[in-house]
Formats: sequence, C-alpha cells, structure tokens
Amino acid sequence: MPHPLLTVEDVAKAYDGFQAISNLNFYLFPGELRTVIGPNGAGKSTFFDLLTGRAKPDRGRLEFGTDPAASHDLAALSEHEINRLGIGRKFQTPSVYAYHSVWENLLLSLRGPRGVFAALFQRTGPADHARIEDLLELIRLGEKRHWQAGLLSHGEKQWLELGMLLAQEPKVLLIDEPAAGMTDEETYRTGELLLSLAGRHSLIVIEHDMTFVRQIARQGQVTVLHQGSVLCEGRFEEVQSDPKVREVYLGRGKHDRG
Amino acid sequence: MTFSTRPAPRLGTMLLLALGAALVVVLPLLHATGLLSSFTLSVWGKYLCYALLALSVDLLWGHTGLLSLGQALFFTLGGYLHGMYLMRMIGELGQYRKPIPDFLVFLGWERLPAFWEPFASFPFAIAMVFLIPGLVAFGFGYLAFRSRVKGVYFSILTQALTYAASIMFFRNNLLLGGNNGFTDFKFILGYRLDDPGTTRALYVASAVALLLAVAFCRWLRSTKFGLVQHAIRDGENRVLFSGYAAVHFKLFVFVVAALMAAVGGALYTPQVGIINPGEMQPEKSLEAVVWVALGGRGTLLGPALGAVSVNALKSWATRAYPDLWLILLGGIFVLAVLFLPGGLVSLPARLRALFSRRPSS
Repeated sequence: MPHPLLTVEDVAKAYDGFQAISNLNFYLFPGELRTVIGPNGAGKSTFFDLLTGRAKPDRGRLEFGTDPAASHDLAALSEHEINRLGIGRKFQTPSVYAYHSVWENLLLSLRGPRGVFAALFQRTGPADHARIEDLLELIRLGEKRHWQAGLLSHGEKQWLELGMLLAQEPKVLLIDEPAAGMTDEETYRTGELLLSLAGRHSLIVIEHDMTFVRQIARQGQVTVLHQGSVLCEGRFEEVQSDPKVREVYLGRGKHDRG
Repeated sequence: MTFSTRPAPRLGTMLLLALGAALVVVLPLLHATGLLSSFTLSVWGKYLCYALLALSVDLLWGHTGLLSLGQALFFTLGGYLHGMYLMRMIGELGQYRKPIPDFLVFLGWERLPAFWEPFASFPFAIAMVFLIPGLVAFGFGYLAFRSRVKGVYFSILTQALTYAASIMFFRNNLLLGGNNGFTDFKFILGYRLDDPGTTRALYVASAVALLLAVAFCRWLRSTKFGLVQHAIRDGENRVLFSGYAAVHFKLFVFVVAALMAAVGGALYTPQVGIINPGEMQPEKSLEAVVWVALGGRGTLLGPALGAVSVNALKSWATRAYPDLWLILLGGIFVLAVLFLPGGLVSLPARLRALFSRRPSS
C-alpha cells in the first residue's frame, strides 16, 4: 500500500459550539478519484475549508505529501501557500472573477510564479496563449473569450471555474458540487472530464446528484460523511446498500418510519 | 453590443498625449510670453499636486478596493520633508536673522536640533520624501493587511492614523513648527522662489510628475499585476485560492500610492509657500475622495480631472461665497453619487446616449 497523498487524522472543528467536524479520518491516495456524499450539514464544505486553509482545525493531523519525511502540515499554512503546494479548489457556488474576461480569468489561473514582481514584469508568452487556447476549447468557451465572466450562465461559470482549476495544474483537485446548474448533457460531460483527470491528478468530488455520483464513482471509492465524521466508505453499490447510510441519507423516512 | 473588457488603446493614448502637451508645454509658454500670471500658473501647479493625491487615492480605492481616508497624511509628510529643506535654505534671512528657523528661535533654541542638520542637502531631503512616507505606509500596511483588516475598518484606521499624526504635528515639541508649520520660504537650489522662472520650473516639474504617475498607472493596468489588483477589488478571497498572496499585492499598492501622494506634497509646498498640520486633518483626505468620486473612480483621467475641477471651483467659491463652500462640496458629492456614478469622465458617453435616444421617442 502506498503512502497517502492526503492524510487527515482525528480532526475536529467547531463553530460557536456547533461541531462541524469531529474525529474525522480520511486518506486520499495518489491518482484517486474520491466522491464524498452526505446530507446537508454533514461537514462536507467545512472539510474542504480545512484542507484549503480557509478554516483551521481545533485538533488533529492534516498532512499533504506521499513522503512522510517531507510532508506539509496544512494546518500551519495559509490559503495561498496551500494553493501553491498544488491543492486547487472549485467552490460550490461558481466563483470566478466577474469583471474580468473569460480569457483573463484563465490567465490569472495559469500555473507559474505568483509573486508581486513576477506579476509586474512577466510577459504572457506563446506557451501561455497556447495553454489558454487548449483550456478554452476544453471548456467550450472559445467564442466567449472576451465576455465578462459575470455575464456567463451558471453552467458556463461552472465550466470556467473548472478551467481555472485545471489551468493551475494542481496535484489535488477539490471539487464542490460541479454539476449544480448544468443540463444533463453538461453534467455527463463534466463527469467524463473528471474521470479522465483521475490517475494524473488526485480528486475529491463533493456531490448530491446520485446519477452523477454513480457515473464518476464507477472505479473509485465513495465516502459518506455524517455529523462531521466518516459514516462509511466503499464502492458505490456497497455504500448504497449500507443500512446506516440508507437511514441517514438515501432513503430516510421511507422504510423505517411508521 | 460587445462585452469586451479591453479599452480601445489608440484614442486613450492620443488623448493622454494631447492633455500632456497642453499641461507641460502650452501653459508654461503662455506664462513665458506674459499671457498667464505667475499667480495663476502656481495655482495650476497646486491643482496638479492635488491631482497626484487624487491619483493615489484612486490607485487604492478605484483599482484595489481599499478606501483610504488618510491619504493626505502621505501628501503632507512629503510636503514637510521637502519643507525642511526649504526652511534650511532661508538661512539667516528669517525675522530673527538667526541661522536656524524662526520657530526654533521662538521656542528658545540656540542651535539646530541634530535631525535638522542633514536637511540642508537637497538630495537628502528628496530621499527622505520617498523614504519616510514609504516606511510609514509599509509599517501601517503590513500590520493592517496581515491582520486582514478590511473594508470600512481599514478606512476608519487610515482616518485614525492621519488624525493621530495631525495631533502630533500640532505639538511644538515635535520641533516641526507646531500649528504654523513651515512658511516664508526664500530659495530652492539657489534660485529665488518669487522668480517667474522658478515658478515655471516648479509647475513643469508638477506636470511631468503627474504625467509620469498617470503613465505608470496605465502601465500597471496592462500587466498581470493590474489584473490581480482588480481581482482583489472584486473578490479578495478568491484571489487567495488562485495562489496569490493578496497581502503582498495590497502592501505594494499601498506603498506606491503613499509615494505618489508624497511627491505631490513635496511639489505642493514650494508652490503654495506653506505647509502645516491642517493639511493632514481627516477632512483633507475626505476631500480627496470627493475629487475621485466626482472625476470618475477607477478611471485613468477621472481622478486628475476631479481634483482640478473641484479645486478650481473651490478657488472661485471660497472667494465669492466663502460660507457656502462646504455645502457646495457636499452637494456636489451627493449629486455625483446619485446622478453621475461614473464621474465626469462618463459624461460624454451619458450625453451621447441621451441624444441618440431622443429622436426616436
């Protein structure tokens, strides 16, 4: 068994007395596509906040890196430092630079130096242009490259944000509800894109849409979060048939009440 | 209808060059041929210094989303540091005919305090004009941005900073002239300040400084830095998740804006002939915000246009209706916010839209 890329052990986080995350243990291995499901308030978004430095854990271990001797303690790093390590995030509500053009949104996200002086003096080269062209084609926004991102439809913003995430070429992609606001066809295409990324990248995808989960969890594992900790983990079919999961999430109220 | 966010660069460049030529060449020529009085030219020089202050406010507020309500502090610091050189150049021509500035004689000093010594050197004073405001901005910005002080709290802090500084500068024992500040300047670099040639040179220096600052802002907007800057204004949290340390970008902008204001202040002092702590009182910084709002926030020429037009109006109104000036200023601000949110620079487009709609209705 290889060493996990992301190690989350015994992590807890409370907000004003509300225990959002408690005793969370989670391991992500290189190249894996992990799907995370769970009812509202299960702590899914808080989990991403902890991984990306937006929130700090009250206790526990949050480590990044397959080499135990050289792994990074994520709890000690700030948002931009974690991003520079190669952990990219797509937010639940599409979060793009609304007043910048589609092209500029991608340019700002391209992998490369992030310092003040690099931003001042580095010119955009032909390699950057080519990379942006590739991304525009992938996210099918080539025609709208000069549009202000704020004028795009909800689904297009989702795609743009995915493009921005890919532009960073991260090692780990944290993706929160990518299919929200998309048509069935777009949703399917998103699923196939994520599946094609697995292997080269490692992904954690939070999703509610069970058709979509079934699609992307074909090979990978599904983790069910409930009240801030892992309820169960396994193949989609195993998870789906687990009585505990059915109780808290999938078929609550239908069979057991009465 | 296009959704392009790229402005047409040609027209902008030409307009900029035309305005630049008018400011740097035409006004000084009119003065040299006697068509424009030295008084009028130095009043225009003052407007251009204020335009530098407005530009620095807009660099923060319009382009980075940082509403500084204390920008006049850096302007006044620049003015004081250059003023210290000008005070030394009075030599023994003061009221008391002593080799030290009059206010020090008045306070009972026989010799020059040690920190005044090096200010006899013009290069040293100019170096300080950059160094001191830069350090103050760096220190304050570092603390504020690192602690993630944002929005209205940042504005209140900047206001408190300039207020605290003004109280400090009002005190005589700071040895910087107390509430009278510095005045009665005689020479700069060996030239008499009341000489028309000196007036013209100072005016040209102000115009060139303003044009360089405008060109710098224009260049900044064309870089990736400019994109990050606007991204910080529109959604700072998102920027962090693209891997940019917003703190570093904000700190850089804050220091650059402080230097811009300081240069404006340094040029202001010899042309106006006086600098005192009143210039760093909170309302001065608020006034600069009104100039930017009226001229056009987040635009290239708006801040300068706002600064010049409001101050030209002020020069007239404070003579014609001295009691009504503040009411007028407040009224202009309210009207600009309500009816011209894009500022004066948006007026041509607004008028064009108005007239093109009229025939069809």
